[in-house]
Amino acid sequence: MKKSSVLLLFTASLLLTWYGCGNSNSSLDTGDAAAKVYVKPGSQDEFYGFMSGGFSGQVSVYGLPSGRLFKVISVFSQNPETGYGYSEETKPMLNTSHGFIPWDDAHHPSLSQTDGVADGKWIFINGNNTPRIARIDLKEFETAEIIEIPNSAGNHGSPFTTENSEYVVASTRFSVPFGDADPSISTYKENFHGTISFIKVDKETGRMNLAFQIMMPGFHYDLARSGKAASHGWAFFTSYNSEQANTLLEINASKNDKDFIAAVNWKLAEEYVAKGKAKDFPGTYYHNYMDHSTQSAVSQKITTVKMLDPKDCPGLIYFLPTPKSPHGVDVDPSGEYIAAGGKLASLIPVHSFSKIQAAIENKSFEGEVNGIPVLKYDQIIAGEVKDPGLGPLHTEFDDKGYGYTSAFISSEVVKWKIGTWEVVDRIPVYYSIGHLMVMGGDTRKPDGKYLVALNKITKDRYLPTGPALTQSAQLIDISGDKMKLLLDFPTIGEPHYAQGIKAELLTKDFMKVYPIEKNKHPYITRSEKDSRVEREGNTVHVYMTASRSHFSPDNIEGIKPGDKVYFHVTNLEQDWDVPHGFAVKGMNNSELLIMPGETRTILWEPKTQGIFPFYCSDFCSALHQEMQGYIRVSKSNIPLSFGTGK
Amino acid sequence: MKKLPLLTLLALAFLLSACSDKKDTPDPAAENPNKTNEFGLTEFEMENGVGPVKTKLSLGEIDMMKVKDGEKIFTEKCSACHKLDERYVGPAQADLLSRRSPEYVVNMILNPEEMLQKHPEAKKMLAEYMTPMPFQNVTMEDALKLLDYFRHTASQTKK
Repeated sequence: MKKSSVLLLFTASLLLTWYGCGNSNSSLDTGDAAAKVYVKPGSQDEFYGFMSGGFSGQVSVYGLPSGRLFKVISVFSQNPETGYGYSEETKPMLNTSHGFIPWDDAHHPSLSQTDGVADGKWIFINGNNTPRIARIDLKEFETAEIIEIPNSAGNHGSPFTTENSEYVVASTRFSVPFGDADPSISTYKENFHGTISFIKVDKETGRMNLAFQIMMPGFHYDLARSGKAASHGWAFFTSYNSEQANTLLEINASKNDKDFIAAVNWKLAEEYVAKGKAKDFPGTYYHNYMDHSTQSAVSQKITTVKMLDPKDCPGLIYFLPTPKSPHGVDVDPSGEYIAAGGKLASLIPVHSFSKIQAAIENKSFEGEVNGIPVLKYDQIIAGEVKDPGLGPLHTEFDDKGYGYTSAFISSEVVKWKIGTWEVVDRIPVYYSIGHLMVMGGDTRKPDGKYLVALNKITKDRYLPTGPALTQSAQLIDISGDKMKLLLDFPTIGEPHYAQGIKAELLTKDFMKVYPIEKNKHPYITRSEKDSRVEREGNTVHVYMTASRSHFSPDNIEGIKPGDKVYFHVTNLEQDWDVPHGFAVKGMNNSELLIMPGETRTILWEPKTQGIFPFYCSDFCSALHQEMQGYIRVSKSNIPLSFGTGK
Repeated sequence: MKKLPLLTLLALAFLLSACSDKKDTPDPAAENPNKTNEFGLTEFEMENGVGPVKTKLSLGEIDMMKVKDGEKIFTEKCSACHKLDERYVGPAQADLLSRRSPEYVVNMILNPEEMLQKHPEAKKMLAEYMTPMPFQNVTMEDALKLLDYFRHTASQTKK
């Protein structure tokens, strides 16, 4: 693109933005937008939308097209609203090799797939700061597992499932030295490494297992996509900072005209691992999962990984030169086209999988980096989308042969045609779009009805709330030739990416209660008759039941200041939508929110003598206000006693 | 959270019931067992409740194995609200079968939500006790075991 046209575009986008400030409804020229997103009271949405919570560390669940928020699923961050990360059962979920971590930066949700289509079993999401991947079970909409990724820093290009969820992937945003080495930062080029990781997913249970890692040159790895259909068996990872700068990356990592997409043949990697080519390599990480039988998380520490070195594994990886500091790498539904978001480029390069295969066959390489052959750009490129807007980041596809690319700097979505590579439509978004999501747009069978733009900045779009403003999503109708903006709605944290799925896939079979018969929690109280208080030294276990509308026991005496009191509260209800809450005055952690049939434990350490009330914090019945109790904490020796209704 | 005023709840319950009553408007001409009254219920349903049990049960001897299982289910799933001999969250259960038919008991256990919406007796109980009886995730088999447990406790109380 010429300099003048860049300027023109920039000016145009500025004008659009400016115009938008005074008249945000300018693009809402279709009278039927409201009707298209109106889901009348009592009716349900056609789609679920799962949005990453960004720096909230969570995942939010929306209905689409209405944009109604249903739930925030606790994933990487403690949540005092539910007790996640505070209750004894859930605390181990947040264990890492760095100790207990109450927060992370959640980026890219990825629905599990079968035959390249979302199957509704699980949704995976990466934690960027302390490298992790979480698996959320979509029968209960709760986090079931978190695995840490060793030999990595900044797990950004992740989890991006393969087409049968054989694997989810991870790649290092920051290259770092391995282990506890202590080199000067200025020795980056010699001592800093990247890794790409493949995490095997059990087909039945979903249980994750770090199968192998690949040692990579010390670039920064950004985003990823697994191949599908024609390219099934491969996965693609963008990289930047091929300059290997360690300071002022803004300038120093933006010098090369092209960086690389790493194309990994993971089926071949499996063969190399089977042949024993992978070395046992140090790497300490935690693997945490919910044991559904005991309703408690289990934490395992692991200290080695299987490491593949591309030098020993010919054909494992190829580098595709790609302009310029590419961000997204997105595979079309056929699996043939691989579109890169050339963040700093003025075009969208689209590679051809069949051309890549031909070039590999012909050994047509322009060089090699750390044993990884570099293909020739001209020989693998299928086409370039010209004038795609400024700062193209991320592409998804519809079912009619079009790609949709977000352009961050010019705040717009650009629609282009696969094959002719022509831009056919564009629509402004408000403002500074990062990722976008077409329903099923990353699968073999997209649903070409809606696109969701995920925006970093909202400025004047909503009522102001001081310096800190919400991020937003915008629903765009893509069913016709012209894109139409239908709806704006705020999101929880920064919506880095989202996934959409037909609601009927999840509403057919989900959990309404935890069957009490299957609850094998070691501290369960099966009936009110079994409720009791037991003292072991200065540790006290309260076996408590909750049902509408009382706790048992609800009067407890004989607790001393300095005791460690564990409340194990079992919700005896077996009725849908009847959680009970539990909170004690002066508690230093959080409340418990206990689902029907569930047992949850919270620790309370009273410091002073006194009477401490506790109560149900989730409105449960007409007599909810009566659902309460008292605990007497005494300095003198009062015998332990407890009861209900006596 | 604030307590909902009792009156509002009662008014709501009345409104809800008024709606559900309208649903199945009976055909007064039909002289058959399906004939319904002002509550939209048949004679059978008035006596035996609304739910999966639609004809009289043929009850044999009390099965002591079922009584034992029934007691366990009662302890785990019912006793947080019901005691045998005293009013608790819900009514005492020892004299249950002198107040209700066996079929009513099973229907109330398996279909409490609809019962509380439609049946005048169930509605009366809700107005008195204010806590709706929930479905406790039990099967028909479980409900029949509970029934034998109630039959057994009733026979014990009589002695």
